[in-house]
Amino acid sequence: MFPDGTEALRDVSFSVCPGEFVTVVGPSGCGKSTLLRIASGLTRTTSGEVHRAPVNLGYVFQDATLLPWRTVIRNVELLGELHDLSKEERRRAAKEALELVGLEKFEKHYPKSLSGGMKMRVSLARALTLKPPLFMLDEPFGALDEITREKLNEELLQLFMRQQFATVFITHNLYEAVYLSTRVLVMSARPGRIVAEFEVPFDYPRDTDIRFDAAFSNLAGQVSDALRSAS
Amino acid sequence: MTRPALDDTSTADPTVRTVPPGDAKPATTWGRRLAQVFPPLITFCVFLGLWYFISYVFLDPARRFLLPPPHRVVQVGFMQSENLIELLAALWDTLRVSMVGLVVAIVIGMTLAILMSQAKWIERSLYPYAVVVQTIPILALVPLIGFWFGFNFNSRVIVVVMIAIFPIITNTLFGLLSVDRSLHDLFSLHNAGRWTRLVKLQLPNALPAIFTGFRISAGLSVIGTIVAEFFFRQGAPGIGRLLDIYRASLRSEMLISAIFWSSLLGVVVFWGFSFLDHAVTRKWLDTGRGTT
Repeated sequence: MFPDGTEALRDVSFSVCPGEFVTVVGPSGCGKSTLLRIASGLTRTTSGEVHRAPVNLGYVFQDATLLPWRTVIRNVELLGELHDLSKEERRRAAKEALELVGLEKFEKHYPKSLSGGMKMRVSLARALTLKPPLFMLDEPFGALDEITREKLNEELLQLFMRQQFATVFITHNLYEAVYLSTRVLVMSARPGRIVAEFEVPFDYPRDTDIRFDAAFSNLAGQVSDALRSAS
Repeated sequence: MTRPALDDTSTADPTVRTVPPGDAKPATTWGRRLAQVFPPLITFCVFLGLWYFISYVFLDPARRFLLPPPHRVVQVGFMQSENLIELLAALWDTLRVSMVGLVVAIVIGMTLAILMSQAKWIERSLYPYAVVVQTIPILALVPLIGFWFGFNFNSRVIVVVMIAIFPIITNTLFGLLSVDRSLHDLFSLHNAGRWTRLVKLQLPNALPAIFTGFRISAGLSVIGTIVAEFFFRQGAPGIGRLLDIYRASLRSEMLISAIFWSSLLGVVVFWGFSFLDHAVTRKWLDTGRGTT
C-alpha cells in the first residue's frame, strides 16, 4: 500500500527455490516491479512477509544502471567494493564475470561507447561478481531491440544452467517468459494478484527454435489468454 | 606539379573519388578554417574602424582624450615597459585576491552543499540564507565589512567569497541530488552507508555540475575583486584601484589598457576552468553526440 492509499498488490504469494526460474508476467502498471522491490527489500510491505535466505542477491534493473565515470571493469568491480572484497579478489571476480558475458575485450571502455545490449551485459556481469544464489531481474531487456533481446535471453539461460541460481524474472513479453522459465506467474491489473500459474515442461538446454514448436505455442497461447482475462 | 598529384590520389583512393576534381580535400579544410576565422576578424576590423572614426572624426582634438585612438592605447599601455609593468603587477594582485576568494568560496560552498545533500532539514535551514547572501547588494555591505576586517586584502577576499559562493552551492547541490533513483537503489541493495554513497556515487555524479559552478564563479570572482579594490584601498593596488586612479587623472590610454587586461583576466580564468572541466569529464561524459 502506498502512502496515498493506492493498493499495488493484494494477496500475492509465491516461492522460488534454487534451480527454479520463475517469471512474472502482467499488464503494465500491475505492480510487477513493486513485487520485486518488496521481495528484494528495497520497499517495505504494509502487511505480509518476505522470507529470504540471508544470501547475496543479484539484482538487475530495467536500465543498466552503470556509473558513467567508471570504465566497464571498474563498474563490474563496484559490488565487490561495496562488500569490502580485497582489490585482487574483486578484480579476479570482475574479469571472470566479464568473460561469462563475453565482454572481456571491452573492460577499458566507458559506458558511453557501448550499445544498449552491451551495457545490459555489463550490468549482468556486475550482478554475477558476488556469485549470488538468488537473482532478481526487473524487465532487464525491455528497452532492447528484438534481436538483442533474443541473444541476451539465450545467454541468460546459459548462465542459469551453469550456476543454477534461483531466479525471479519480471517481463511483459510472454514469449520471453515461456522460453526462459520453469514456472510462469500471471498477474492481474491493479491491485496486482497472481491469477494463474503455469509449469513449463521443456527441458534445458532449450533451443531458440523451441519457440516455433506446437507445444510452445500452445502454452504461450494459454498464458496469453490468462493475461488477457487478467487485464 | 600539384595538379597531377591530386588526380593520382583521386583515382587511387576510392573515398576521394566522390569529391569533384577541383574540390580536393586540403582546399576544403583550409576553406573551412578560413570560414571560421574570417567572420570574427571582420567584426574586429569594423570595431577598430568605428573606434578610429569616433576618435578622429567624431571627437575634436580637445576632447580626444575621451577616446584616444587604438594605436595610442597600444603605445602607452603596452609598449612603454614602465606602464606595462605597473598594469601587470596590479593584474597579479587582482588574480591573487580572486583565486584566494574563489578557493575559500569553493571550500565553504561545497561543504555547505554536501551538508545540505545529507538531510532535508539542513537544506531547509540553510538554503534560504544562501539565497539571501546572493541577493544582498554587495555595496550595501562594504562599509560594514571595512569596519570589521579593515580596508585591505582580507575585506577584498570576503567580498569575492560572497559574490562567488552561490553558483558553487547551487550547482554542487543540484549535482549531488540528481543521482538516478535506480543507482541509489543499487547502493541500497548492497547496504552502502552515507559516506560510501557520497564518495562513490553522489560526488562523481555531481562533477560536471560542480565544474559548471566553478566556471561561473571564477568569472564572478574577478568581477568581485575589481569591485572590492575600488573600495578597500589599502595594500597592493590591484587593477580595480588603478582603474580608479587613471579615471581621476584623465589617463584614458591607461584606463583602456587596464580595462583590456582585466577583461583578459576574466576570460583566461574562465578558459582555465573550462579546460579543467574538459580534462576531467571528457572521457566519460555522454554528451549525446557520441554513440549510445
